[in-house]
Amino acid sequence: MNILLPALSPTMEQGNLVKWLVKEGQQVNSGDILAEIETDKATMELESPDDGIIQKIIVEEGAENISVNSPIAVLKVEGEDEDSSSNLTVEEKSPKSEVNISKDIQSTSVNIRSVFNNQVADDKNWNEKEITMREALNNAIAEEMELDKDVFLLGEEVAEYDGAYKVTQGLLDKFGSKRVLDTPISEHGFTGLAIGAAMAGLKPICEFMTFNFSMQAIDQIINSAAKSLYMSGGEINVPIVFRGPNGAAARVAAQHSQCFISWYSHIPGLIVVAPSNARDAKGLLKSSIRNPNPVIFLEHELLYKEKTNVPSENNFLIPLGKANVINEGSDLTIIGFSMSVHRILSALPEIQKLGLNPDIIDLRSIKPLDEECIYQSVKKTNRVVIVEDGWGNTSFGSHLSYLIQSNCFDYLDSEIVKVSGKDVPMPYAENLEAFALPTKEEILSAVQKVTYKN
Amino acid sequence: MAKKISNTFTNKELLGFYEKMFLIRKFEEKAGQLYGAGKIGGFCHLYIGQEAVVTGILSSIQSEDTVVTSYRDHGHILARGVDPKYVMAELTGRKDGISKGKGGSMHMFSKANRFYGGHGIVGAQVPIGVGLAFAHKYRNEKKISRVYVGDGAMSNGQVFEAFNLASLWNLPVLFIIENNRYGMGTAVNRSAAGKDLYERATVFGIKGEKINGMDFFEVSQAAIRARDHIYENSKPYVIEMDTYRYRGHSMSDPATYRTKDEVSEMKSNDPLLSMKNKLLKDFKVKQDEILDIETNIKKQIKEVEKFSLESPLPELNELFTEVYL
Repeated sequence: MNILLPALSPTMEQGNLVKWLVKEGQQVNSGDILAEIETDKATMELESPDDGIIQKIIVEEGAENISVNSPIAVLKVEGEDEDSSSNLTVEEKSPKSEVNISKDIQSTSVNIRSVFNNQVADDKNWNEKEITMREALNNAIAEEMELDKDVFLLGEEVAEYDGAYKVTQGLLDKFGSKRVLDTPISEHGFTGLAIGAAMAGLKPICEFMTFNFSMQAIDQIINSAAKSLYMSGGEINVPIVFRGPNGAAARVAAQHSQCFISWYSHIPGLIVVAPSNARDAKGLLKSSIRNPNPVIFLEHELLYKEKTNVPSENNFLIPLGKANVINEGSDLTIIGFSMSVHRILSALPEIQKLGLNPDIIDLRSIKPLDEECIYQSVKKTNRVVIVEDGWGNTSFGSHLSYLIQSNCFDYLDSEIVKVSGKDVPMPYAENLEAFALPTKEEILSAVQKVTYKN
Repeated sequence: MAKKISNTFTNKELLGFYEKMFLIRKFEEKAGQLYGAGKIGGFCHLYIGQEAVVTGILSSIQSEDTVVTSYRDHGHILARGVDPKYVMAELTGRKDGISKGKGGSMHMFSKANRFYGGHGIVGAQVPIGVGLAFAHKYRNEKKISRVYVGDGAMSNGQVFEAFNLASLWNLPVLFIIENNRYGMGTAVNRSAAGKDLYERATVFGIKGEKINGMDFFEVSQAAIRARDHIYENSKPYVIEMDTYRYRGHSMSDPATYRTKDEVSEMKSNDPLLSMKNKLLKDFKVKQDEILDIETNIKKQIKEVEKFSLESPLPELNELFTEVYL
């Protein structure tokens, strides 16, 4: 039988073969460790699926970027036909999902790189390096901890485990256990603790393994962090960053896939940030850590591995509340943030085929919102599509649509169309999950609707 | 006992603690009256009956130490030394209130006096207080965070999470359980399984004890014991105070869940009276000295009332300030 490179996490697409622990001809038992596989998050051990003899090693150790499910060795199992090893891959019988989001996003990963690498954020000549969003976030935290001893990091698995998604990799070694703290699985408690520390003047970075778990602590976030400045008459501020992955990752189903943009942007006293790329992630996270208010910093697991050019300097900041026009056009305005920006970009070639060139606005900050940038664009294009991953019911996108119609009413040539996540708990099945989120087809049809091209 | 305490405090200092208790009592009585007159709105939780707790703890506090408590906070912020007129003006919702009229009874803070609230959500102050202790340790300061928590909050999950973190990370925090026997209208024995509430902290490896919270001297000695334990061991400590509130949970509570006999029996054990008697008998304090203190406080409360009613309402533009810094 063929031994295939396994997917060791829901988002893993490729892996590196670090080391073989067995040789050709060696007898192995089911469960024996065969090899060490490195993913973008961790190094994992590959176990033998059965008793048998290692007949052939196909992929040598040290090989990189091996696709998931490609054969890496052949295991001769007793009683198995001699020639069966070559054709053991089971034919895919289940129907493929009609909308393949991960493919859409893959096709845009090239796209997004060129989009963000070509833009000039300011006049400075930055020393830029192409890195992943994961590295950019890590650099932002490390730089700010270097610059300010009041900054510390706490959360589940942030220290010894190097972060559940490896964003905090190496920080424990760099800063020690006093400033990088593993917490118990105790969100309500450690969030309250972090808020208390912030009230005393420290600047905690409080990681939620995913924002789904922030619901355990939402009372502390809203009632203690967001409201203290106001209800103390300006006496007590809470300089804290809550950060972690938000939204739907890949096939982790209802309780681990939801977008909290609408929830947190509803709350006075909170700042809400949601970067779509590595460059913004670094500049915005650094600004968030330096901000004296509580900041909800919403990352996206599927974007952690995406690369853009990022300035290496520790004084590279992107101001909160500034949107970014990532494609300039005149026919319509398409507004997104975080992952939805990538969905819009994946539809761009087909939008252009319709003879349309849109303004695409990446909001970056949800609160404060760059209303000026939005209205300026709408007054130019007169047509608006909003794309958001979260549920459409009483959503941020709905509010944005209200703001636009009340500020740009005379400029609008069509209704505003909003493409949101469907109002259902996130399903597990691949095709249902893809359909629950905004699809390329829906974005295209929204574009056609506002431009009367259907 | 007189000897031990006289070794710790001078008569002048003891009179100062009595003065604090008397101030809290008279302040709260006035707040109750102003509430009845419609000058104070919303929720108003009075501290009458529990004065020995906050004052006894105060006797062990350094000025740099931090304090955080729940919504029954008037007595605590007064004990911390904030001028009562700013506290009363907050209760009347005026411009000169300690929170500029934007916080009200349950939300009062003073960084200068190391008082970090005043928290309206039951139990929320406990992890926050542990966070203050975290900051003390992080900065290598010889400070203790004192966290007050009511009996009602002792069944709240985040309180246990906070105990765990405090003990796990060896934080300098003293938990003070003010067990006044009722969480709103529910008696402790109807809400908390097990024996004593402080045992809910000791299972996390936190040392603790239960004492009579109606007696200043007992509270003070326990507070000093706790402080020394925290200094010596760099570990948290818990004291459960057996105490009683004379008034209802809040102003709108007729307190039908307890008998009049129970209330009057507890009042016979009044913390102010018992301290006064001990000062006169065991410490040979003169009657006139106490009378002077009481007269001055009564006069001060009149001025406080006047100030709180004459202070203007906040400007309307205050509505939009201090949402963000």
